[in-house]
Amino acid sequence: MSETARPVARSFAHLSDEAVVALLARSDESALAELYDRFGRVAYGLALRILRDEKLAEDAVQEGFLTVWRNADRFMPERAKASTWLLTLIHRRAVDLVRREDRRRAEPLSDSIEPESSDSAEDDAWLRFERERVQSALKQLPDQQREALELAYYGGFSQTELAERLGQPVGTIKSRMFTGLARLRELLAEPGSGEAAWKPTPYTT
Amino acid sequence: MEADALHDLTAAYALDALDSEDARAYEAHLARCERCRAELAELSDAAGALAFGTEAPVPPPELRARILQEAARERPNVVPLRPRWVKPVAAIAAVAACAAIGLGIWAASLSSKLDRSEASLARQERVAQIVGQPGSRTISFARGTLVVAPNGEAALVLRNLEPPGDGRTYEAWISAEGAPEPAGLFEGGAAVAIPLDRPVPEGATVMVTREPAGRRKSPSSQPFAIVRNAAQS
Repeated sequence: MSETARPVARSFAHLSDEAVVALLARSDESALAELYDRFGRVAYGLALRILRDEKLAEDAVQEGFLTVWRNADRFMPERAKASTWLLTLIHRRAVDLVRREDRRRAEPLSDSIEPESSDSAEDDAWLRFERERVQSALKQLPDQQREALELAYYGGFSQTELAERLGQPVGTIKSRMFTGLARLRELLAEPGSGEAAWKPTPYTT
Repeated sequence: MEADALHDLTAAYALDALDSEDARAYEAHLARCERCRAELAELSDAAGALAFGTEAPVPPPELRARILQEAARERPNVVPLRPRWVKPVAAIAAVAACAAIGLGIWAASLSSKLDRSEASLARQERVAQIVGQPGSRTISFARGTLVVAPNGEAALVLRNLEPPGDGRTYEAWISAEGAPEPAGLFEGGAAVAIPLDRPVPEGATVMVTREPAGRRKSPSSQPFAIVRNAAQS
């Protein structure tokens, strides 16, 4: 039993996220465990930021991973990165929940969350690095664009709600979100932004 | 809502910032609009990156256990696994081999729900064998990749191949010296990987044509994909 389990588990290390999802589509539970170990923390951090409630955040994360589990065979790696797919599902679930519960608050949560460390210094370093990379890209955006992105993505506000809250026409909000997101994408793709450093198995075709 | 207005919703959709009615309208539009699908893919990656911008506290360990437990419980409802005769370890090795040489798309398509017949699995195993041989080389071309093992056995991987149409099929040909010889029939798909029926000598050319169904002796149309097994430098 453990004779086969061990080499299999080790072989995951070389696989891209997309290949892990491919294994997951074969109902391979160890692939699901691997995906969770790669993205569980980020997913939970995101859900907690939006929902500000541990139980609800856990629900959103669980629902997201199980949706991937159920639909992995429909995943099209030529359309999206596996991590984008997973995090989109969890984000959507969290936003649905926060709108239903109406628990939204716009303030950043950084102060109230203890930046706990795990038993893996490597994970901690990687996550810190990623957070700084995204934060520094966000800081380079004009304030209004950053505000629109943060309120929408982390706050769970719809564009209509944002328009009201900020006293701007919906069209203005739309264009701030579009310009901000497109610019963010460029900033994150720039060499030196570190993308290559955290992808041990780059997905290439 | 008009199409122009719908195009504008891509960023908001990527951020989940649409009310449910607008989201549904946008999704319906998305099914018809290639431009929006492409744009959404890019913007979604950027939105997904925002997830990494938050503090990431360690989730309670029970969460992992609960998710795996629930997945195991649902498992019988999941699509049937590959037939018993394909060993899981072989499957992992195949996926790993493909991922290693950059055939990520095909690695993922190994699990395609649409294509789980025994014949197609046998073909996948065969491709995996060729790809996994030490010393196999990959030659990329516009439509995909040719993988040639040291003994000349070869597999062809093609991307985004439309269905060949009613009563038609795709056919691979190998041209070494003289007339092209048939090397296998296949259908379309997002990622197609087929073992070629005969070895590909160095310097030979592999071509793909669209043909009326049934095996033919020689190509009846212009090849739309051509790749040469160039000598190793």
